[in-house]
Order: sequence, then structure tokens, then C-alpha cells
Amino acid sequence: MGLLSDPNRRRALISLLTRLNTPICIVCYMAGVAWFMGLAFEPFTLRTYMSENAMGSTMVEERFPAGERALATGREFSAHKKRTGGMPVEWLMKTMQAKGLEVFTQRFSRTLPFPDENKERYMVRGTNVYGILRAPRAPRTEALVLSAPCSPGDNNNQAVGLLLGLAEYFRNQIYWAKDIIFLVNEHDLIGMQAWLEGYHHTNTTGMDWSPLQGRGGSIQAALSLELSSDIITSLDLVLEGLNGQLPNLDLANLFYAFCQKIGVLCTIQGKLQRNDWDSVSGYSHAVQTMMLMVMKQASGRPWGDHGLFLRYHIEAATIKGVNSFRQYKTDATTIGRLLEGMYRKLNNLLERLHQSYFFYLMPSLSHFVSIGYYMPAFGLLAVILLLRALDLWVQLSTPPQRTEDGSSPGVLSLLTPLVISHLTGVALYMLPIRFQEMAVEHFPVSETEAVVLTAIAVYTLLSPGTEQGWRVLKLVAVLYLAVLLGCTALINFSLGFILALTLVPVAAFVTPHVPKVLSAFILVILSPACTLLFSVFFFQELQEMPISFQDGWLLFLSVISQGILDHSLYGSLVYPLITLLVYPCWLLFWNILFWN
Amino acid sequence: MAAPLTLLLLVAVTVRAALFRSSLSELISERVEVVSPLTAWKRVIEGLALLDLGVSPYSGDVFHETPLTIYLFHFLVDYAEVTFMLADVITAVALYMAVKDYNKQVFRKQKFALEADRYPLDCLELIRSPKEMYYIPLKVAMFYLLNPFTILSCVAKSTCGLNNAIIALFILSTIKGNVLLSAIFLSLATYQSIYPLTLCAPALLYLMQRQYIPVNFRRASFWWFIVQYAFMYLGSLFVIICLSFFLLGSWDYLPSVYGFILSVPDLTPNIGLFWYFFAEMFEHFRLFFLCVFQINVFFYTIPLSIKLKEHPVFLIFMQLAVISIFKSYPTVGDISLYMAFLPVWSHLHRFLRNIFLVSCVLLACSALFPVLWHLWIYAGSANSNFYYAITLLFNVAQILLVSDYFYAFLRREHHLTYGLYLKRKDGSEATLVLK
Repeated sequence: MGLLSDPNRRRALISLLTRLNTPICIVCYMAGVAWFMGLAFEPFTLRTYMSENAMGSTMVEERFPAGERALATGREFSAHKKRTGGMPVEWLMKTMQAKGLEVFTQRFSRTLPFPDENKERYMVRGTNVYGILRAPRAPRTEALVLSAPCSPGDNNNQAVGLLLGLAEYFRNQIYWAKDIIFLVNEHDLIGMQAWLEGYHHTNTTGMDWSPLQGRGGSIQAALSLELSSDIITSLDLVLEGLNGQLPNLDLANLFYAFCQKIGVLCTIQGKLQRNDWDSVSGYSHAVQTMMLMVMKQASGRPWGDHGLFLRYHIEAATIKGVNSFRQYKTDATTIGRLLEGMYRKLNNLLERLHQSYFFYLMPSLSHFVSIGYYMPAFGLLAVILLLRALDLWVQLSTPPQRTEDGSSPGVLSLLTPLVISHLTGVALYMLPIRFQEMAVEHFPVSETEAVVLTAIAVYTLLSPGTEQGWRVLKLVAVLYLAVLLGCTALINFSLGFILALTLVPVAAFVTPHVPKVLSAFILVILSPACTLLFSVFFFQELQEMPISFQDGWLLFLSVISQGILDHSLYGSLVYPLITLLVYPCWLLFWNILFWN
Repeated sequence: MAAPLTLLLLVAVTVRAALFRSSLSELISERVEVVSPLTAWKRVIEGLALLDLGVSPYSGDVFHETPLTIYLFHFLVDYAEVTFMLADVITAVALYMAVKDYNKQVFRKQKFALEADRYPLDCLELIRSPKEMYYIPLKVAMFYLLNPFTILSCVAKSTCGLNNAIIALFILSTIKGNVLLSAIFLSLATYQSIYPLTLCAPALLYLMQRQYIPVNFRRASFWWFIVQYAFMYLGSLFVIICLSFFLLGSWDYLPSVYGFILSVPDLTPNIGLFWYFFAEMFEHFRLFFLCVFQINVFFYTIPLSIKLKEHPVFLIFMQLAVISIFKSYPTVGDISLYMAFLPVWSHLHRFLRNIFLVSCVLLACSALFPVLWHLWIYAGSANSNFYYAITLLFNVAQILLVSDYFYAFLRREHHLTYGLYLKRKDGSEATLVLK
């Protein structure tokens, strides 16, 4: 408190902060980026460890024998799928009943706001089939879910086969203390959304579904399985869910522990773990893995069918079988044993997974970075905003003694840009779907945006503003951005960090006195839309699938439409966040640049 | 001045009416920051339902409003939205009139002091001009009506708005010098939520100042006035309590309302300091810390009254702030009441030291409350510690804000007696340090 109450020391501190404002800001930015890049360096990260007692110390023995039979069932499923041209509901029900499960179906239908070009669907109608294996050992108050999507074409037949094989095997075991629900969902996430809403009696997105006839206990954990070949080389773990939410780290630990025990190659973000962390290539490998996670998390969309479970407090992950050209092969029996082991451990849970971390980044499957380590990187960027705000505050509070006239800008001159930019944001939020209803081709976002920007530039150039005026506006805008980014980073660190990386420099340097054309160019380059465009290219680069500019542009447009679809189908928050809050905030800085 | 006030009232009512009609109102009325177990509208509805069934509304553990409130809504339940809007309007108008009157007195006092040459010469820039004081009442009304906290509180139909209206009427009648009305409204406010009891100190000081009764323990007139006020206060409190008893036919409401406020059995998270502390505590220590926490609210009355005995209206502001920070079930509606007074002290701005820091923290915390609530309750990834950390920060910022205003007020008074540019004994420029 000495610093706050002693006027001399306060004055010294404030004068230091205002005099060295720019250098401190630059150092903070560099330090923030350096800190973030350092996170992937292995000595700075922690090894993963199992925190949950119930899963850590108990031994289980895996005995699942029937991999071949499961694959045969998968082939049968595939044949029936081809015959019915969709989900073979009758066959699935009969098969599940034959395995001794209680079988139920759920029908659902949903009309998308506009046709989804990636998956070629508009009016979606489908059926989920699920069977419940009742727990013989305990009251049926808790449940586990194993799901496999019924995808179009030849995909995922093996997953359904393995699911049925496991159901048959699990049925004959006596140790289950939780209900196990085997779910085959149609139309991937839409089916999953319908099933979860039906299970929890909620309806958040206005979808039509028939109520569930049979339910188990409260779901503790869920795994979603994706297998497309009889033999796989490695298993990939997908964690990123809706709005960048992640399951408890213990679920990842469990998967990793069993992969180690059974001897299956396991990857995260499709990247194998490397041991040479001290070499340059090893480090860049870890950075790539982490950056992929950051990009996926920032997108806010579910990257597997598990993504929607997280919304209901259910820890869930997707396990993907990958068949590449590696020497190392794994058959269906081994994967079955792995899943059996994981379910037996989950069966031992006494309470929900909560011991381990919920906020983490993974540079490899065996190492993680917790919130305490990665938040300073964001904090260093956010401090810049606060320093600029302090600088502006000091500038604003000193001069009024000298120039008494016109020192206080009217509330109106401050309110107008705020209201206008937010109205533009609302328009950007509403228009795409409205436009899509009128015209079938892509909505002209970029053209609209250009018109808006010139309109605002002209408007601000015409209307007179005072020197104090832009300072007040910038103070408001900077604080607004700081609070906005802070909240975003708490919910979805990656999104907050990427936005901070591009918007903080803008917020820091924009004044009406910098060269207009150059700054306008920089401002456009660092706008949220361009950030997304760069992210698309960067993501492709990280996945080692570089694309041409033309394809990149098309991908960019499809990413936007996917974002809108995710918002209206599953309630993803990224699209409204960007259009309603981040974009207006960026417009305020545009407004300051063209302040007259 | 009537036209801008009318316009302001119209804007405020429009905003509220629009929000009442939107889907947001449902969401807002569920927020723990906006409604507490004491003030939630949902509980009032429950109490009304019990009353209609002929059961005592206090028989469950849901309803904790006072009997007068429930009988008020027994008649007005269909017009609840209008009632809450009206309560806000009454508060704003009462504050407007009170501050207008107060400013007149301040100005008159300043004029007398100037004529008597009581201020040092270099203090002329501290003298307040009527031009800058002209818009203060309007600003007070605006700060109350357009404060997002008030709007949220009104849209959630939190009965906190009614309590605020009663306190505002108490302030108005005190400043107008009406002893009887002041005592009646104070007893009503005490009846509603106990804590406004501490406002009797500033009320007494103000009324005595107005009637030129010296604050001196040896003078009979001082004690005579206190006895008079206490008689009116206790008398009206007695009448109200008996009225409640006759309306309800039982004393059920005493433990259910006042016991509930004082013993804090409901530990639903809110923006106050009680819930986390008492949730974590061993049952063994509960009574002791309960006493400590509750005495905390009342204790500041004594030192503050001694220090601010010449400035009772500032004391009212301080007391309101202390109550809204330390009370057992605070909501944002309580905060908005004392924040409405901030424009009255706009002349202190040059002496405020941490206002930038504090306003940044308050702003950030207000935004973080719903975010951390979401992470804790819906996403399940954060926990109660995250939410309590923000609560703590929010309250620290409020305390800093209030103590900053307190310091600035005292400093201005100091300058008004000793001159603005203080010199040390050796002639160099001196600085005031708070230690």
C-alpha cells in the first residue's frame, strides 16, 4: 500500500511508466511472444501424471479376444448400410438385442440455416440407435458412453463393428458398476446433439427430436471411436470440444497410460512424440504440435463427436485410428483391449473426473502446460493495453489547466462511434444468414466490409473532433479491448491469445497523427478477418498440407460459413463474439485513425 | 431543470420496459450478482403462493421478505413491473431533490465562510461555483437511473429497488429537515433490512446541525433531541412490527427475516464476502466469525461519525457504501445506490489518487463475474475459488474507492483551513502523506 499512498513514489512510478511507455510496451510484447514460444520447450513443461486415485493405483487385466469377429460384424454393418443407403436401424437394433442390450432409437430432424457445402446437407433427418448395458454390480445411477458415428460412404464401419464386439464382450462381464451406453449416431454432431439434448431434457438450439425411451444414470465419461480400416498404425487422441473446452487431463492421461501399457503408437494432433527435445527439429516438432492445438482450440468448434459432451460436464474424447505407411501395425483386438482397459478404469471412478487440470495445452502427449504457465504469456500482452490506458489517462488528466475551453469532449461525440460500430457488428451478425436466404451464392462479406470502412472513414473525416476527444475514445476502446480479451482468454485461451497477438499492436499504436494510408493498411492486415485468413494458411502449413492462395481463399470462406453453422447448430460462441464484440472494437480503432 | 429530468425518466423507463419485454429478463433474474436469497422475485412469488393457500409464507425455507412487502405485492403482483420501475423513479427523484437542497445549503455555507474570510487566500480554486453545481442533481439521477447495475436489478425485479427507494426517501426527508418523516422512513428501512440502522448517526448529526443544536454530550438539548428522535424511530418501528404481526398473525417472520440476515444460513454465492468464508469454515467457529463479520458492518459508524460529524451527508454516503460492501447478502442494486452519490463529490476529483485503477478493476470484475460463473457452474472447468477471487477483488476495489473519496474529502477540508500550497517549516513545498 506504500506505493499507492505515498505521493512521491507514485509520481515517480507514473512518470517512469509514461516516459518509458513505448519501450516497455515493445518489451512486453516480445516477452509475451517469447514466453508463449517457450511453453513448448520440454524442460519448461510438466510431465503428465494420473491425479485420480481411483484410476491410478488399481490394476486391470485386458482380455478382449474377439477383434476378428468385430471386424466381421463391421463388414456386415457396412453391407446393410449400403443396402439401406443410410443407417441400418433394423439390423442394428436386432444385433444389439442379440448381444443382450436394451435397445432404443431416437429420430431427429433439423433444417440448416443454409446448405452446408462441406458435408452436402441441408435438410437433415436421421435416427440414433443406442443400447444400454445395465450395471449388474451397483444401482444404475451412473453411466459411461461409447459412441461410434455412422458416417456416409465406407468410413467408420470398423468402429461400429468394434463397438458391437465390445458390447457383446462387456455383457458377459460381472464387474460393471456403471451403465454402459453404446451409441451409434447418425449425421455425426447433429445426431449427437439430438441425443444429448434428449438425454438431458434440454433444447438449446431448436432441433426436433423424439424423446428418449430409455435412459441410464448420469453420464460420467464418454469416448467416441473412429476407425476406418482393419489394421491401424497409430491412435490419435482428439480433445478440443465446443468453444475450446477441454476434458479433464486425466482422460488424456488414461489413454496415454494404456497406450504405453499395451504398446500402441499414440499421437496427438497427428504428431508422434519425439525424444530429442534438445535438438532444433525436436523443439519445432513440439511447437507445431502445440500450435495445432492452439489453432484448433481457438476455432471453438468440436473437432470430434465428443465435443458436445463437454457442455454437459461430461469428460469426453475422440479416439481416431490412423492408417499410415508406418511399419508398426495394430489389429482390432489390441484396440478392443485398450478400450476395455480404459472402460474398466473409468468404471472404478467414485466421482466425476475433477482432480486434474481442465486448462492446459499439450506440446506432446506426455507433457502439458497448465494455466499457471501459459497465462503470463497472455498477461504480458494485456499489460500493454493497461499501460497505454494509463498513459492516456495521465495525458487526459494533466492538460485541462492549460486549455480550459473545449477540454471536455461531449458525451455525444463519444457515444456516436460506439453505437455506430456496434450497429455494424449487429449487421455483420445478422446479414450473412439473411443474405443466404435471398441469394444462394456466397454472401459478399468482404464487399460489405469495405463499404462500411470507407463510410466510417468519410464520416469521421467530415465530423470535427477535438484532440481530447480521440484520447477519451481511445481510452474507452483500449479498456474495452482489455476486458474483452481477458474474458475471452479465460474461456478460450487460444482464441484470446491469437486475438491479442494481432489486436494489441493495433490498439497500442493507433492515433490520428500516424501516416494514414500506411496505418490503414496495417489495420486492415491485423483485422479479425485477416487474422482468420492467415490462421487458415498457417493451419494448413502446420498440418504439412500447404495450399495455394486460391484454395486458401475458398477454405477461408468455407471456414466462415462453418463458423456460422456451428453457431446456429451447436451454439458455438466464436462467431457472435467476433462479430458483436471484437469487430466493433476494431472499428473503434479505425475510427480513431481517421479522427479529424 | 424539470424538462431534462423528465426526459431522463422517460429514457430510463423505456430501457427498463424494453428489457422487461425481451428474453434477457429471465436470464438476468437468475443471476446471483443481481438477486440474493433475500430479494429474489422468484421467492416473492413462492411466498405469495403460500399466502394464497392460507399457509404462513415463512413455513418453508424459501421466503425471507418482510410481511409488508408480501402484502404490498399481494395487491400489486399483476403490476410488479410498474411497481419496480416506479420504485426506481421515486429513488431517482428523491435523490435529485435531496441533492438539490443539499447543494443549496453547501453553497450558502460557503458564501458565509467567504464573507467571513474564513478560507485562506490560495484556496480560491477549491471554492465551488454555482455553474458547476447546477447539473449535479441531474447527474445524480442519471447515475442512479442509467447505471447498468440499477437497470439489471430492476429488470430482475429484485426487491432491493424498493429498499433503495425507502432509503432515498429517508435521505430526502432528512435533508429537508423533517424529523418525523426521517424517523419513520429510517424505521421502515431498518424493518426491511436491519443494516440501515447505522444511518441514524448521520441523520441525527444532520438534523442537529440544521437546528443549531451543538453536538456536545454535556448539553441537555443534545440529549433531548436524541431522545425525541429515538422515541419517534422506536415508536414507528414498534408500530410497523406490530402491524406485521397483526397482518400475519404470528411472529414467524422475525427469525425468518432478521435471523436469516444475521445468521447467514444461505451460502449461495454472491458478490459479498460471507459465502465463501462461511462455506469453508469449521462449524465450531461459525458463531464467533458471524459476530465478527456482522459487527464489522456496524462498527465503522463510530469512527466515521466522530471524524465526519461536521459533514453528515458525506457520512451518509460512506455508511451506504460500508453497508453495501459488508452486508450479508449484497447485490449490485445496493452498490448502485451509493454510486449515485459520486457526482455530488465531483469537486474532489483533483484529490482522488486511485480512481483510474479502481474504475478499471470494477469494470473488469463486473465483466468477469458472469464469465467465471459460466466456467464454474456450466463448463465445470473452473471452481469456486476463481469466482471468489473476483468477488474479493471487486470488494477491495470498492473499499479503495470509498477510502479514496474519504481521503480526498478530508484533504480538501484540510486545505480549506490551512491553505492549498502547504509549506514546510523551512519553506520548501510540503506534501501530504497518508500513513
